[in-house]
Amino acid sequence: MISAPKINRRTFLVSSAAVGGGLALGLRLPFGPEVVRAADGSPEVNAWVVIRPDDTVVIRIARSEMGQGTITGLAQLVAEELECNWAKVTTEYPTPGQNLARKRVWGSYSTGGSRGIRESHEYVRQGGAAAREMLIQAAANQWKVPASECSASNSVITHKSSGRKTTYGKVAEAAAKLQPPKDVKLKDPKTWKIAGKSVKRLDTMDKLNGKQVYGFDLKLPGMLNAAIKECPVFGGKVKSFDAAQVAGFNGVKKVLQVGDSGVAVVADTWWHAKTALDALSIAWDEGENAKVSSASIAEILKAGLDAPQAFVGNQNGDAKGALAGAVKKVEAVYSYPYQNHAPMEPMNATARYTADRCEVWVPTQDGEASFAALLAASGLPADKCDVHKINLGGGFGRRGAFQDYVTQAVLIAKQMPGTPIKLLWSREEDMVQGRYHPIMQCKLVGGLDANNNLTGLHVRLSGQSILAHVRPQIVEQQKGRDPLSFQGLADAGEHAFGYSVPNLLIDHAMRNTHVPPGFWRGVNINQNAVFMECFMDELAHAAGQDPLEFRRKLMAKHPRNLGVLNAVAERIGWSKPAPRGLHRGLAQMKAFNSFVAAAAEISVEGGNRIKVHRIVAATDSGYAVNPAQIERQIAGSFVYGLSALFYQECTVKNGRIEQDNFHTYNSMRIREMPKVESIIMPTGGDIWGGIGEPTICVAAPAVLNAFFRATGKRVRSVPLKNQDIHFA
Amino acid sequence: MIRLSINGKSHQVDVEPNTPLLWVIREQVGLTGTKYGCGVAQCGACTVHMDGAAVRSCSIPVSAAVGKKITTIEGLASGKTLHRVQKAWLDHEVPQCGYCQSGMIMAAVALLSAKPKPTDADIDANITNICRCGTFQQVRQAIHAAARPQGSKS
Repeated sequence: MISAPKINRRTFLVSSAAVGGGLALGLRLPFGPEVVRAADGSPEVNAWVVIRPDDTVVIRIARSEMGQGTITGLAQLVAEELECNWAKVTTEYPTPGQNLARKRVWGSYSTGGSRGIRESHEYVRQGGAAAREMLIQAAANQWKVPASECSASNSVITHKSSGRKTTYGKVAEAAAKLQPPKDVKLKDPKTWKIAGKSVKRLDTMDKLNGKQVYGFDLKLPGMLNAAIKECPVFGGKVKSFDAAQVAGFNGVKKVLQVGDSGVAVVADTWWHAKTALDALSIAWDEGENAKVSSASIAEILKAGLDAPQAFVGNQNGDAKGALAGAVKKVEAVYSYPYQNHAPMEPMNATARYTADRCEVWVPTQDGEASFAALLAASGLPADKCDVHKINLGGGFGRRGAFQDYVTQAVLIAKQMPGTPIKLLWSREEDMVQGRYHPIMQCKLVGGLDANNNLTGLHVRLSGQSILAHVRPQIVEQQKGRDPLSFQGLADAGEHAFGYSVPNLLIDHAMRNTHVPPGFWRGVNINQNAVFMECFMDELAHAAGQDPLEFRRKLMAKHPRNLGVLNAVAERIGWSKPAPRGLHRGLAQMKAFNSFVAAAAEISVEGGNRIKVHRIVAATDSGYAVNPAQIERQIAGSFVYGLSALFYQECTVKNGRIEQDNFHTYNSMRIREMPKVESIIMPTGGDIWGGIGEPTICVAAPAVLNAFFRATGKRVRSVPLKNQDIHFA
Repeated sequence: MIRLSINGKSHQVDVEPNTPLLWVIREQVGLTGTKYGCGVAQCGACTVHMDGAAVRSCSIPVSAAVGKKITTIEGLASGKTLHRVQKAWLDHEVPQCGYCQSGMIMAAVALLSAKPKPTDADIDANITNICRCGTFQQVRQAIHAAARPQGSKS
């Protein structure tokens, strides 16, 4: 149920409350001269911190919770500096409309690229520290003593010499009227008491009893439900449909076109809407794209492997010259398919539109992107609109940059003004209307000298660019190049290549197709790690050297890459032979400013049935805000990564995606899960690394390298099911 | 009208008899803890108990549930006391996004009532739910913990 806060709206209209709670930020109420208040009247000390009279601390979180633990981690960082009682911390999302109206006081809402914590840790800590200073100052003012004589701990402020004490709840009202301090000093992480610890997540209980409201659980008064089909050929349009065909179906209220390319049925229940939609014949204008198939796409990519023109991502020395002069040349071609995100909660959004107000409730990785989609679809000005974020039933990159479901929900709601419309995609729609992991082939050529040193390396990527589709302005600035294609292989930055090769060329022949690509957990590190880390093993094998030793020689200038690689090698016992019947493989990469490595231990039955017994994974993310949650992200990312390795490929036939549910697009089950041992080894420094994505990419190459050592067979194409290789 | 027994309560629903039980639970009865993930009995997000056995409610017509005792995630705890499986899930912090966890918990409860001391092989054979966040390592630990006598540590 939605209840609008009953308060005097003086400065600007803000939204009714999101599910289960209320915010009315920015309201300046008549009963408090300058104090900004939350919906329940509690004072806002600053944008990040609201304190209730009972000492409950409400911490505002701009990033989205989709299972990765970001609301807990960010709250830990604020609470650490705030010196509040962690047991009384709760969180809430400010809306994107409020952020806009307050000059983006909460910064970015984007929750992708493993950036939730690493790109906001500084300003959220400053927010917590500033609030602490204001609370202490308020107490000092009451006691008429200098603030420097007072300290705060566990939500209690103490005046040292007199022993007087008060609590945050008692001085919050006064603190909220103070000017914020200009500069605050952040704590040395070595002194952290809440951050850096494996405190329990704040959001577990409601996930155990059915109480958590996901987007698709939302109920609004008078709400109707919608099911939708977009043209299954990307770029196609609706030609015709006959609404009368299903008009008499139970519960059906309306059959309508959505934009150029979609048809929706609105009904009393979603089941009725879906039943009618399935019975509705829709004629599509599929266009030229209907001729495209996986085979035709593969041909285009293959041609790119030797094309003269390519964008350079990383270059030093003269790779082609070195290869021409090499004593031994090693060459291999790899390929990586389209893959769907398939979060457990299918895409959905709920919209209510009237001529002067439009609101959307949506599980989103980027509330501001949802807001932009709402504004574009509704045609209303920003001050008449808002988005209410709801925790996600999985995101993995599908729910950030892409807001197609928000656009659809608003376009439907616009045709039924005043009626809240909950749009839910079927799993089938979710599978065929994805924003797919980009398809890529890669040709690698390495040259060894007479002493088996790697003297030259050419890595040629050929395939799809995400940014060309999603952020064409970046590609334009880069004169046609997509810098993101080189994740894990780049010359510098958060995805820098982890080896020194005297003559190196890594380039990308961009080959785009009509299939829309997207950011899929880990993005381009998934394929780049398979290509590079498996080929490293191929080179080591050709050189007659141990894969670990071969890598080490190239990593002297990459101490943190080497640090994680050594850590997993040591833990798995690389220097000693594997137990009988077991085989090992390694991989490492730098991604999202974290250094990650994995060592896998597998057995193989009958030459093609793999059991992954154990994976040791090391992560150096600079800082570790909640080690227990990092462990869960690492183990979970391997489920995502190994599902992709063994099972997942979206193929194209007649311009559309063929796989439409989990029976053709499978995902790992518990019986296939290896034991995952995490080594969390933060080494500090100025740069914080991400957690949600980096380790995903090392699982597949570590397993593939182990498979080679088990069988002598080099697999260069994902997924393994296509090679008749399966889980044991 | 169809009469259903859900979590010990009787419900009258006016619905086509071939409507999947999942959608009746969610849309007519209004209990939204049971989730839709695939609609074809693949993922297990919709798992509920029918006379104590775990079933995938997306693929069972409501007519087949008449006369049976249905339990959903909302009916697991007694009052404010969590079921021991929910407690083990809380202690091990199993959920990530949480969307599949209602079904995962219902599957685990059914396993533990059939096999009070499940082995890893029993877990492998009986827990076939999909979790895209990848909580399996914690799921396994929590099932073993729930199988131990109350108060036992090892």
